[in-house]
Amino acid sequence: MGFKRFIATRLITMFGVLMITVLLTIALVGSNMDTILVRGVSFQVREEITENRALVQGFKDIEEFDAFVQSKINQRVKELGLDEPWYSPQRLGLTLYKILILDFGHATFLTSDSGSSNVKDIIFEKLPRTILLFTTATIIISIIGIFLGAYSGSKIRSKVDRLTSSFAVVSSSFPVWWVGMLMIFVFAFTYQIFPARATPTIPITDPGYYGALLYHMILPITTIVIIGFGAWAYLVRNFMVGIMQEDFIMAKRAIGIEEKKIVYTHALKNAAPPILTVLALSLSGSLGGAIITEAVFDWPGMGRLYFEAISVMDLPVIIGSTYILTVFFLASIFLADILYGYFDPRVKTGS
Amino acid sequence: MSSFTSNEILQEFMKNKIGLVGVGILMGLITISIITAITIPAETFREWNNPTIWISYPKTSQPSWVNYFLIEKIPEHKILDSPAIGTQTSGEISVISQRFVTNYQYDSFPSDFSHEYTAKYSGTPLFEMSVTRPDRLELQLISSSLPLSQEYNVYHERVFSTDNSIRKNLQQYQDNFEFLIEDMSAEDIIFSRTDINEVLKGDYVFTVNLYGVDSENKIEESSFIIGGKAFGLMGTDELRRDLAIGLLLGTPLALFIGISVAVGSVVMGLVYGVYAGFKGKYTDETMMRLNDVVYALPALPFLIILVATISNSIFLMVGFLMIFGWVGIAKVSRSMALQIKTRQYVEASKLMGQKDRTIIFKHVIPQLLPYAFASIAISVPAAITTEAGLSFLGLGDPSFPTWGQILHDANIFGAAARGLWWWVVPPGIMIAITGLAFVFIGNALDTIANPRLKR
Repeated sequence: MGFKRFIATRLITMFGVLMITVLLTIALVGSNMDTILVRGVSFQVREEITENRALVQGFKDIEEFDAFVQSKINQRVKELGLDEPWYSPQRLGLTLYKILILDFGHATFLTSDSGSSNVKDIIFEKLPRTILLFTTATIIISIIGIFLGAYSGSKIRSKVDRLTSSFAVVSSSFPVWWVGMLMIFVFAFTYQIFPARATPTIPITDPGYYGALLYHMILPITTIVIIGFGAWAYLVRNFMVGIMQEDFIMAKRAIGIEEKKIVYTHALKNAAPPILTVLALSLSGSLGGAIITEAVFDWPGMGRLYFEAISVMDLPVIIGSTYILTVFFLASIFLADILYGYFDPRVKTGS
Repeated sequence: MSSFTSNEILQEFMKNKIGLVGVGILMGLITISIITAITIPAETFREWNNPTIWISYPKTSQPSWVNYFLIEKIPEHKILDSPAIGTQTSGEISVISQRFVTNYQYDSFPSDFSHEYTAKYSGTPLFEMSVTRPDRLELQLISSSLPLSQEYNVYHERVFSTDNSIRKNLQQYQDNFEFLIEDMSAEDIIFSRTDINEVLKGDYVFTVNLYGVDSENKIEESSFIIGGKAFGLMGTDELRRDLAIGLLLGTPLALFIGISVAVGSVVMGLVYGVYAGFKGKYTDETMMRLNDVVYALPALPFLIILVATISNSIFLMVGFLMIFGWVGIAKVSRSMALQIKTRQYVEASKLMGQKDRTIIFKHVIPQLLPYAFASIAISVPAAITTEAGLSFLGLGDPSFPTWGQILHDANIFGAAARGLWWWVVPPGIMIAITGLAFVFIGNALDTIANPRLKR
């Protein structure tokens, strides 16, 4: 079984999972969506008819008018295929196909900052901001984590090692968003250094917008880094502890290579595959966990979009965002798998 | 992996200091839960979001113990509900009087005061309220008749310090004060020194009298509230709720959610993984592919959709959390089962013709128990924080106030940016402490289950 086949089976599984996710989402929100869509259609039809004065005056009484409106609505519902339930094969197939080509339709309530109600526009406006915030944070976390982890891994039971390990345990029990609230309390209320809300007040067209955005980013990034780096350092430390006991490290020591060089070049290089795998996973994981953190800091990204969409039950947005989040999540699992399979050949043979 | 007897595990555990700390914290939390169950009536659960029962409480008050650390004492919110009652009858006229005594020792004025009572009477009895200050000055606050009623009548009223007649009555005491009291609020006058407008400390006695010709008159459920900025053990929130009660109610809920989700998902994962590993071949392959699918589902978005569309009942939420909890445990149990399967006693019992189910439950799963217990303890914090996160987003079960919901309300009212630390800090600390207790226990169990981690 070659590497290509390994990739192929993985890809097929991932595609299957993606479809199942979308199907599950549609199944969960489908019946609601139909009711909302039908209501929207009947509202639209009624408005169109009442706007046409000549037509309205042609009716004798209100009953005739209502009957006419109802027949028009039924006709429109049939045209759109809404008379069949959401789980009928044609509709399901059509919905899946549309989602695959990133056609999520129009949002019911929400709009993008530029005013478009196309779900695709909304998502692609929010996505870069989330990536900006969380990718930056994840990169900072991994750099601190790798160096701190390598250091404490090479000096087991030293003060730094103990501190790192206990910090990792303690910090993982605090919810990130709660630490975010504390940070707002300390740095926005007690010492008014940073703004509590992460949305810049100046318009996006202003040249100073991106500077303001960066300034607003400091508080959320600090929060994510504080909570995240401990666990990372602990993980890297555990990898390092294993590697530092390997024979080839002993051999390098015996030749008289400097300890620092052994730790940061030879040992760290060998710990790279699992570290890269975890990095890939945590990059996508941060996108999912972003929902609550963004809600705390009012960061105008995917997480807050998702939250807003759920609070007003804007179904096209919910389905679209779930799809995008899943795609990212699966892509990184896939990447992690590939990286691991590439670095550790035992995985791909399945033994 | 070697097998243990439960006695050995206990002995090993007693040597682990951190593990014991974890058990200690857990014991504390269980004690709190028991105290909660005994002292707080079960209806309070449902009344948490009902504003009417919190009406006598102050808005966003600090915990009263902050006064120990302050030089300028902030006024404490006082609810005086057991007055000294006296009745007098002279001829036809009867007087019911109630005296509320409070020792006011704070450095700023109360924010308001109010008196709530239910009177049972007939005719038009006269209602009077007055206050005697520490300097013996007596101020008449209210003197008015209750509405006329021929029959025996139940009358409920709440008199606020902003009441117009209190205002008018106080103006006649201008001569006693050396400064203008015309535009001042009632509490600022009543609790003020006469020479300058500063707080006069000492005993204040508020007296309420009801004069009537009928001796059947009664005042019931009478309580006098002196509004302050500090209240109770943990203060109150914007909706006047006593946060101490909220934190107490949250403890058993968090333990329930955490433990039931952890036990449920570990049991599911264990049985699933062991069965797949033990059966092997196609069964294993299919079951593990299903496992892969659940593993690849984005948990938080899905949980949000499930809670938002199906139900936010706390019991269903526990079920939803289990759906995403068992996956990792199933993977590990499977690989452990693959190892145990090849042992001779398992082979032997197979040859003896024992049923698969018997072998799995009698010979394989008992070997995994130390791992299972460690996983249960380690899974608890994640379950608690995830539920807290969902509640924080406003998807919690409104009939059960969890710590996450308290934080949700705090966030809605911008508590962090307004500096209301007593609303933000304690719930998070409770979440973290509960999580830590289980992490400590789990780590201790883990070192027993996997001795190799010890080095």
